[in-house]
Amino acid sequence: MELAFTPEEQAFRAEVRGFIRDNLPADIQDKMLNGKKMGREDFLRWHRLLYKRGWVAPNWPVEQGGTGWTPVQRHIFEDEIAEAGAPPVIPFGVTMCGPVIIRFGDDWQKQFFLPKILSGEHVWCQGFSEPGSGSDLASLRTKAVREGDHYLVDGQKIWTTSAHFADWIFNLVRTDPGAKKQEGISFLLIDMKSPGITVKPIVTMDGGAEVNEVFFDNVKVPAKNLVGEENKGWTYAKFLLGNERTGIARVGASKRELKRLKEIVGSEREDGEPLAAKPRFRDKIAALEVELMALEITNLRMIAAMRGGKGPGPESSILKIKGSDIQQKLTELACEALGPYAMPFQREALEAGWNGEPIGPDYAAPIAPHYFNYRKVSIYGGSNEIQRNVIAKMMLGL
Amino acid sequence: MDFDFTEEQRLLDETVRRLVKDEYDIPKRRSYMAAPEGFSRALWERYGELGLLGLPFAESEGGFGGSAVETMIVMESFGRGLVVEPYLASIVLGGGLVALGGSDAQRRAILPRVAAGKLLLAFAHGERQARYGLSDVETTAKKDGAGWVLEGRKGVVLNGDSAGTLIVSARTGGSSRERQGLALFLVDAKAKGVAIRGYPTVDGLRAAEITLDRVPVAGDAVLGTPGAAYPVIERIVDRAIAALAAEAVGIMETLNAVTLDYLKTRKQFGVPIGSFQALQHRMADMVIEHEQSKSMAVLAALSADLDDAAERRRVISAAKVQIGKSGRFVGQQAIQLHGGIGMTDEYAAGHYFKRLTMIDQTFGDADHHLDRFAEVALPTG
Repeated sequence: MELAFTPEEQAFRAEVRGFIRDNLPADIQDKMLNGKKMGREDFLRWHRLLYKRGWVAPNWPVEQGGTGWTPVQRHIFEDEIAEAGAPPVIPFGVTMCGPVIIRFGDDWQKQFFLPKILSGEHVWCQGFSEPGSGSDLASLRTKAVREGDHYLVDGQKIWTTSAHFADWIFNLVRTDPGAKKQEGISFLLIDMKSPGITVKPIVTMDGGAEVNEVFFDNVKVPAKNLVGEENKGWTYAKFLLGNERTGIARVGASKRELKRLKEIVGSEREDGEPLAAKPRFRDKIAALEVELMALEITNLRMIAAMRGGKGPGPESSILKIKGSDIQQKLTELACEALGPYAMPFQREALEAGWNGEPIGPDYAAPIAPHYFNYRKVSIYGGSNEIQRNVIAKMMLGL
Repeated sequence: MDFDFTEEQRLLDETVRRLVKDEYDIPKRRSYMAAPEGFSRALWERYGELGLLGLPFAESEGGFGGSAVETMIVMESFGRGLVVEPYLASIVLGGGLVALGGSDAQRRAILPRVAAGKLLLAFAHGERQARYGLSDVETTAKKDGAGWVLEGRKGVVLNGDSAGTLIVSARTGGSSRERQGLALFLVDAKAKGVAIRGYPTVDGLRAAEITLDRVPVAGDAVLGTPGAAYPVIERIVDRAIAALAAEAVGIMETLNAVTLDYLKTRKQFGVPIGSFQALQHRMADMVIEHEQSKSMAVLAALSADLDDAAERRRVISAAKVQIGKSGRFVGQQAIQLHGGIGMTDEYAAGHYFKRLTMIDQTFGDADHHLDRFAEVALPTG
């Protein structure tokens, strides 16, 4: 047993750190670290830099443009990205759809889509959830009817992150309404510029608009955009959801947020004393830090277990539950720490390039919105209740 | 970064697991507890033959030079079986104090006998007023010619009624609760003026209240430099906490396994109760707590011998917070999910729950260690 990384791994960490230092644009870092709005072009500028370096798709096979990194290297990379405040690569193409195309797509799909996912020419979004299909995803009703060499798609998706700036959407659609619900679903790739698609933003309680409703009204989709076999889409969706679980604990990002929280409680005062010295508040931060320490080791233990080449499996639900819980508590404590200065709603202060005079401390503006926004992390990607179902069924055989 | 055991550690793990599986269950444990000393001397000898009792000591002192990881391996399995033999008291604490604080002569005189199972040690440190304060010692040691005279009372001394030699902390100087001025003394349990009142603990072990009434000890019975024992005490207690964390992880593992088995077999409303989502989610949370505790037990073992005292304190206290919190949850929920049968003395769960609860109250509970952790993690200048 040994906690230290090998000299090779440490050298790799230094290389990643050096790359970020030399390449991460300062304005993007500022937006990430200070909770300002990130647009499509912000994500893509960083994406293209990673692409140029060959580091954009660590989870892909080398022959398709992957990095060939070990699980430990991937962890180090994600850790450094998070700690530096570099943006994550938008996951829908590289992390989600790409591996499905690599595994189940045909030659044309591989040749057409994969290079454009890598280069950032295509930004993707995910058409899974529907108004009536949240945790019960397989009940989805958006239908696709085959007519000659194309499908006609009708229906609605919801909570679609990035749909307002995405070029393509990978969609679960019902192709056999008569079959059992999991068996009538297909995996269809749809150009967002297709006539009949309408994207309507959903403003969330934090004032942001990162998710959307996507409406499909008689949208014509070439049949060659069907991945794999018709009515086998549920299998591909399960592969997609189970495929990519490293980084799900978000330990690096939480370490960065904890550091920031400590800075805030060092400067917020009550009775002339820093909040960090107040026993009630101190206890909450210390307890959270202990949980994060444990999660970091739990995460590393699972990564180490993956070195044999096997995936993390249902154990990753543990990382999702604890990781989201910690992320949420961090935003909650930061919000509490501000006291009354959590209240001013400084929407304009979250825009890039805003140079106005902040109300209250200069770090205040994004904090309450961040707290409200982060209620999402225990809901998306399989709610924490669904994750507990997964542990009970897959790990424990209940 | 590597969480695998070495080949030797893997063999050790296998050996101890098998031993505990063969020699321990609740009825057997009950029979070991019924012995006057509260544990099985025969098993203690077996541990000696297998090399477990000398595991952490240097090879020149009858040991195997094992690290805190080896101790973790032993304690985790001991937790799985709820072992009552005094490994923590005699080997980790007693042996640890002699190994770290003793002179060459003291180590050579004592440790081989401990490793062979011929001598039991106990650490007589806690006092009624001290609670978890490690430097809160009112027992005094006054110089008397070449030797010393000890006077005071020690409380909840683990296995204090079976040890041949007590390691007694006493004040040679400094004021009450001061870290300076503490010393450790080797005291024969049968020495004049030593009164030992042994008793069972609620979790199936033995402890003692010990009165020291003008106990004379020789000059060569001091471990280390008189007045400078605090860092030795802290360090060995930190190692004991790492060992307790491993024991707690073993206990949680068994409690979870027993509970899961019960969820799958107990039927109500015509179905196994494990088909109910409320219970499934509780069980999932118990699994998470066990995994998080295991992570912290590993981290504690890998950090127990750090020379950087602040970093060591930070990690050890974090581990104690984690197992305290997780242990409470897993223990309480294991009883809850069992329902009535979990309440009985006959069934295993209650015994595991009780030990888990008392582990939290040994060497500082979760609150105590959250304070100690925060001193390093959130310095306020």
